[in-house]
Amino acid sequence: MIAWFEYLQVAVAVAAGLFALVLGLLGRRPSDYTLGAAALVEVLLIIQVIVALIAPAVGNAPTGSLLEFWVYLGSAVLIPPAAVLWALVDRDRWSTAVLGVACLAIAVMLYRMGQIWFVQTA
Amino acid sequence: MSHTGSSRAVGVGRVLIAVYAVLALAATARSIYQLASKFDQAPVAYLLSGLAGIVYIVATVALLGKGPVWYRIAWITISFELVGVLTVGILSLVDAELFPADTVWSYFGRGYVFIPLVLPVLGMLWLYRRRPGAVAG
Repeated sequence: MIAWFEYLQVAVAVAAGLFALVLGLLGRRPSDYTLGAAALVEVLLIIQVIVALIAPAVGNAPTGSLLEFWVYLGSAVLIPPAAVLWALVDRDRWSTAVLGVACLAIAVMLYRMGQIWFVQTA
Repeated sequence: MSHTGSSRAVGVGRVLIAVYAVLALAATARSIYQLASKFDQAPVAYLLSGLAGIVYIVATVALLGKGPVWYRIAWITISFELVGVLTVGILSLVDAELFPADTVWSYFGRGYVFIPLVLPVLGMLWLYRRRPGAVAG
């Protein structure tokens, strides 16, 4: 993990999550903006997968358990596509809120991943 | 707009189900890791955590499912969760050895911002509102 990239990811996930949650509670259906924000969160997660694959080989190893890190990252990449898929099937306000919940969950998981990589000692 | 799906996977219930799905994924994945890597440290807690994860999965499916059978399964699984989080929450305060901090129900789900404590209550309220025979609302 790269610290600044993790902060960027958490910030984007929190922003995307609050954005979709607020719009959902205001009664908006999923739009290109809310779906796009969730897609951006997913793209950053895929970049994180690549970063995490390479980092240990170039001297940036996690202080905690690499296995636990991958359990989080592997789970996280599944969440935005599931939320987007549901939003495409049922296009109402609550799908927008679900997109928000999904992005906020990603933010929490990224924070935990950062702890495992930088803080936790195995 | 017509809904042909479950009578429970509608409206705000979908947000509830989404939170359930995320919790099911988080608890199950984490307990698989714990059972595989540090089972000896707290076997009871980690086995119970694994069971909790499976019950969250069943609860998620039951909330999505149609008909009275899934409705009953939803009640059973959600009640199990509430009893579990309360029991383990108290036990973890009494005996920290038996229940380390990193299981889903320890300290009333503190590691999951108390979502495991709040969710079953919201789930029960939702099930009651969407009970068979109730006026849709």
